[in-house]
Amino acid sequence: MIGLLASLLDGVLIGAVYGLAAMGITLIWGVMDVVNLTHGSLIVAGMFAVYALAGAAGLPVYATLPIVLVGAFLAGLALYWISVHRVIGQPPLMSLLSTFSVNLVLVGLGTAIWSTDLFNVPASLPGFSLGRYTFPGTHLMAAALTAVIAGVLYLFLYRTRIGKAVRAVSGNREAAELVGIPTSQVLALAFGLGAALAGVAGMLIATMFPFTVLSGDAYQLKSFVVTVLGGLGNPTGALLAGVALGLVEGLTTPFVPVSWTLVIEFVLFVLVLIALPGGLVQLWPRRRD
Amino acid sequence: MARRPFFWIIAAVVALFAALPALGNDIELRESLLLAAIYVTLASNINMMLGYAGYVNFGSIVFFGLGGYLCVWLMGSHGWPLAAALAAGGVAVSALALVFGLGILRLRGVYFALATIGVNEGVMAFVSTFQPWGGSSGIYLSPALFQPLGGPARALWIIYYLLVAVMAASLYLSYAVKRSKFGLGLLAIGQNEDAAAVLGVPAPRYKAMVYSLSAFLPAIAGGLYFFKSAFIQPPDAFDLQLSTETIVIAMLGGQGTVVGPAIGAFLYEQLRGWLLTSESFSHFQLVISGVLLLAIVLFAPGGLMGWLYRRWPRLRGILE
Repeated sequence: MIGLLASLLDGVLIGAVYGLAAMGITLIWGVMDVVNLTHGSLIVAGMFAVYALAGAAGLPVYATLPIVLVGAFLAGLALYWISVHRVIGQPPLMSLLSTFSVNLVLVGLGTAIWSTDLFNVPASLPGFSLGRYTFPGTHLMAAALTAVIAGVLYLFLYRTRIGKAVRAVSGNREAAELVGIPTSQVLALAFGLGAALAGVAGMLIATMFPFTVLSGDAYQLKSFVVTVLGGLGNPTGALLAGVALGLVEGLTTPFVPVSWTLVIEFVLFVLVLIALPGGLVQLWPRRRD
Repeated sequence: MARRPFFWIIAAVVALFAALPALGNDIELRESLLLAAIYVTLASNINMMLGYAGYVNFGSIVFFGLGGYLCVWLMGSHGWPLAAALAAGGVAVSALALVFGLGILRLRGVYFALATIGVNEGVMAFVSTFQPWGGSSGIYLSPALFQPLGGPARALWIIYYLLVAVMAASLYLSYAVKRSKFGLGLLAIGQNEDAAAVLGVPAPRYKAMVYSLSAFLPAIAGGLYFFKSAFIQPPDAFDLQLSTETIVIAMLGGQGTVVGPAIGAFLYEQLRGWLLTSESFSHFQLVISGVLLLAIVLFAPGGLMGWLYRRWPRLRGILE
């Protein structure tokens, strides 16, 4: 019983990081109606960045966070101007295909450089014991950092002028343009932020689990599941849904082989899309903001 | 049908495919054309989703892989003859696609595309853990299974001709669908799904139907392909590379046209042969597919056929 409880609590910690990754997808989706299929690659880029910085350059693992954040943000800006800017406002097929093709390039480069070997980041923190079970310190740290980043993002979106511009463009791009908001720059900024969230999520995942160049697909799928659970375009919902998905994983891991997790999550994804297309937040009354 | 020039173009291409390697008994040419036939089959089937209905299916390789698995498994573990195993594989995968399609038919646009990624991951995870199919180590076929076809050498020729037939059937199917009321409905969905629905196109049903239809021939091609290699394993059956190449080919030739995917397959096969032989590029196949696809999406979304049609509008009356 205590084992199940511990598994659930650990699921919540890991789920918070899934939520962080999904906030990146949902932010980009909400602001520009683009599903970012480079998301998985950005997560992997975050993983390898921390591997390179902490492993080869010898920085403390958590000191790499700001570097990963800024690097992924800049990568996101570049990706926006390369692959997304020209297809804004076109049918969704086009942005899907363009981000998909950039993803191929990134995966191809990654496999050419690192092949598909398993990598590890040497992160160790003192854990927290509950009876016979010990929560790894890295999981606690990841969840704590997620909470901090989510809080900063909230303050940015709701307490700053630029954040207000992002929300305005998200609400109605043409109207935002009419009142003098430089929408292209705002879209690029939002894409960069989404990419930064993906990169940091990848960095935090790398401190918890081993990874390969191809790990991105699984985490990207999880991010989609979480995004849909939380309602597309809703960052708070994404964070909560991430925790919910972590709970589901915590609940299933003691009973089901790990390789089945993705199948279960996919079934969940389709069920939610069919039954509750607005996400779990539909279940409670909407707060006006 | 037989009066339209287009029908004769297809017939001539297929005759060429059938005759070329047989004339000189050229094994190398046959292998290269066999791959081209698979490309054409996969690309023209994905084109019915992508080009006609405007729905991108990132998981089309699932049909190919599952068809391969069913065929190999029925022949290896249950002693079915090739024809029966192929037919059963095609029908079963098509039926499964219909079930998936009915499950995800209510999803539109992007949601549908995301669901197809999920189908891909879900099926792969399922097959890698499914013990009757050997889990992650796959299934091997005994060489004795080639005996009923007259020995391995003759069996390979038979498989080649069957694949050419599957390719011809794909082109014909793609043409027949485009000419039909069903195809018109799909094209309308591709233009504007809401308007199509208002005008009485049963969009969800049509989407599920085309999803299932586009599964049938790739499943048979998969069966033939993996029977030929006498071995199947999850990474080969659900190869990301092949799945992407299919989309690249359909876009390169021109989505929504019948000949586009065929021309795209030919061009891509040439390009690929050239890339494989040059040492420095062979590691970067995914990168090159990606750059190519990005360039097409951004600068020439109509593909080669779109360009030809703009250049010579009269071609529209001859080609499809």
